[in-house]
Amino acid sequence: MDLTYTTDDEAFRLMVRNYLEQHLPADLQQKVLNHKRLSKDDLVRWHKIVAQQGWVGTGWPVEYGGTGWSPVQRHIWEEECAHAGTPPILPFGVNMVAPVIMAFGNAAQKAHYLPRILSCEDWWCQGYSEPGSGSDLASLKTRAERQGDHYIVNGQKTWTTLGQHADMIFCLVRTDSGGRKQEGISFLLIDMKTPGITVRPIIMLDEDHEVNEVFFDNVSVPVQNLIGEENKGWTYAKYLLGHERTNIAAVGRAKREMEFLKRIALDQQKNGAPLLDDPVFAAKVASLEIELMALEVTVLRVISLDNAKRGPGPEASMLKIKGTEIQQALTELMLEAVGPYGLPFDPDFLHGSSEHSLAEDDDAAPLASYYFNYRKTSIYGGSNEIQKNIITQMILGL
Amino acid sequence: MDFTFTQEQQQFSDALRRWVDKDYTFDQRKKIVRSDSGTSDIAWTTLTELGMTALPVAEEQGGFNGSAIDMQVVMHEIGRGLVIEPYWSTMLGAQFLTLAGGQDHLLEQVASGALKLACALGEKQARHDLFDIATTATAQGDGYVLNGTKTVVIHGAQAGMLVVSARSSGTRRDTAGISLFVLPSTTPGVTVRDYRTIDCQRAADVTFTDVQLPASALLGQAGEGWDILDAATDYGITLLCAEAVGVMESLNQATLEYLKTRQQFGVPIGKFQALQHRMADMFMHLEQARSMATLAAVKVTSTDPAERRRTVSAAKARIGQAMKYVGQQAVQLHGGMGVTNELPAAHHFKRLTIIELTLGDTDHHLARFVAQPGFRQAA
Repeated sequence: MDLTYTTDDEAFRLMVRNYLEQHLPADLQQKVLNHKRLSKDDLVRWHKIVAQQGWVGTGWPVEYGGTGWSPVQRHIWEEECAHAGTPPILPFGVNMVAPVIMAFGNAAQKAHYLPRILSCEDWWCQGYSEPGSGSDLASLKTRAERQGDHYIVNGQKTWTTLGQHADMIFCLVRTDSGGRKQEGISFLLIDMKTPGITVRPIIMLDEDHEVNEVFFDNVSVPVQNLIGEENKGWTYAKYLLGHERTNIAAVGRAKREMEFLKRIALDQQKNGAPLLDDPVFAAKVASLEIELMALEVTVLRVISLDNAKRGPGPEASMLKIKGTEIQQALTELMLEAVGPYGLPFDPDFLHGSSEHSLAEDDDAAPLASYYFNYRKTSIYGGSNEIQKNIITQMILGL
Repeated sequence: MDFTFTQEQQQFSDALRRWVDKDYTFDQRKKIVRSDSGTSDIAWTTLTELGMTALPVAEEQGGFNGSAIDMQVVMHEIGRGLVIEPYWSTMLGAQFLTLAGGQDHLLEQVASGALKLACALGEKQARHDLFDIATTATAQGDGYVLNGTKTVVIHGAQAGMLVVSARSSGTRRDTAGISLFVLPSTTPGVTVRDYRTIDCQRAADVTFTDVQLPASALLGQAGEGWDILDAATDYGITLLCAEAVGVMESLNQATLEYLKTRQQFGVPIGKFQALQHRMADMFMHLEQARSMATLAAVKVTSTDPAERRRTVSAAKARIGQAMKYVGQQAVQLHGGMGVTNELPAAHHFKRLTIIELTLGDTDHHLARFVAQPGFRQAA
């Protein structure tokens, strides 16, 4: 039992910290640390900076242009990125479709798509959920019918995150309606510029355009865009779900937000003293901080299993549940901390087109939006109830 | 970074579990509960033979110099087996002796199993504040005279010697002016009133009436006992945290088994999602508790007292929440059987409930966590 990082790990941490100090643009850092909204340009810019260093594919094997880092090194990188306040490297290409292409794609698909994912030449989005298929994903209805050397795709996907910017979408489509619903699904890569695709925005409760509906009307997709075998898509989708999930708890970001919460709770006054000195509020912050301390150790336990090549497995479901509960509780306490100053809504400030908020409290201005936005976290990526089903079946054997 | 136990740790964990499974079964434990002393000499001999009493004692005093992680492994099994011997009280007392220094002969007796200890720390008005001490130690000649009453002293009547906190100067709630003593429980003027606790252990109220103590009974420096008291009880809390994780692991296992076997509406009740999700929550509480028990064991010997207090209190507070949830829900999932005294589950629940009340409850430790400098500084 040894909870300390090795000297090699510490040297690695210094190296990436040094890199971030030199290469993270101050304007992007400020946007992230102040909970402002990031534009497509912001996200692409950071991705390309990291790509120049060769550190985008942190979970990728070296042969595909990845870093070949150990799970502990990846964890350190993610922790340092969170601490510094980098924009995210979006997961849809790098962490979702890429591992599937590596595991099940053919040589031509690997050679074409993987370098373009690393360089951000292609922006990927995910075509899984449908209006009638959320938690029951395998009931999906979007059809792909083989006609010569093309599939003709008809149907609708939804909750497509940042699909308005996407060049490519990876889709689960139904190629067979005969047997069990899981058995007739295929995994297709589709160019978003193909005629017949319509993207319609869905405005979420924080009034941001983060997700979309994507409609497919006789969309013609070359058969070489099929991953692996026809009707095996569910297997590939499950592989994707079990992959790259240790950062799902986002402990690094939660630690940064805990510091932010304490800072605003020291600024805000209650009964003529800092809010953080109020015993009722302090107890809520303390409970949350302790939960986060526990989760950090739990994450390290899972990572060290992963390091020992025993794989993260269904424990990732616990990390997702606890991680999102903590993230949501943080946004809730932040909003509670600023109280009435959470009311003003200032989209110009959130998007960075005005330097200061109209209500003259730049810390408080984004927090209501942040709170509302983060209600998604216990719903997306398999709702927390679905995660409990996974724990029940895979770990408890009920 | 390594979260595995050493081969040696695995071996004494296995040895303890084999002993519990064979010689400390639920039925055998029942007999011990009903005995006069509420403890078993045979069990104590076995614990000694397995090296458990010697484990945390330094090698110079006949021990194995075991770490807090070693002790975590032992207490985990003590918890799993619902062992009710005066092991925890003795190990807590030994930590007082180790921190105070100069008590080699007593530590040798602890290591050999010849001496059991109990710690008389709490008082009627003190609740969880162990610096709140009305018991007085008045200097007289070379020694001291002890007067006062200590309450709910775990295994107070089963111990050969008592570690006692008393006030030699200052006012009732000062941390300065506290002195620590170790004395035979047979010393004239010591009255021990033994009783059962609801979780089938023993405790006692101990009254000191003009108890004459030689100077050699003093632990550490007169009036400067608080730092030792604070550090030793943090060690005791860390042991309780490890025990609690063992109790919860065993209770979760029993509950899961019940969900798989109990049939209603023609199916095992574990097929119902309302119960499945409750069980998943119990699993997550256990894993978060396990993480905190480990963190406490790693940090309890930290040279920075603020870091030690912060981590130990965090662990006791988090594990307190886990114990309440796991205990109450295990009973609920066992249905009517859960509220009988027949099943081990009921006894796990009672033990968890009592651990919550021992050496500071969740609220006490949340407040202590908040009071440490680390709370106002960066997370």
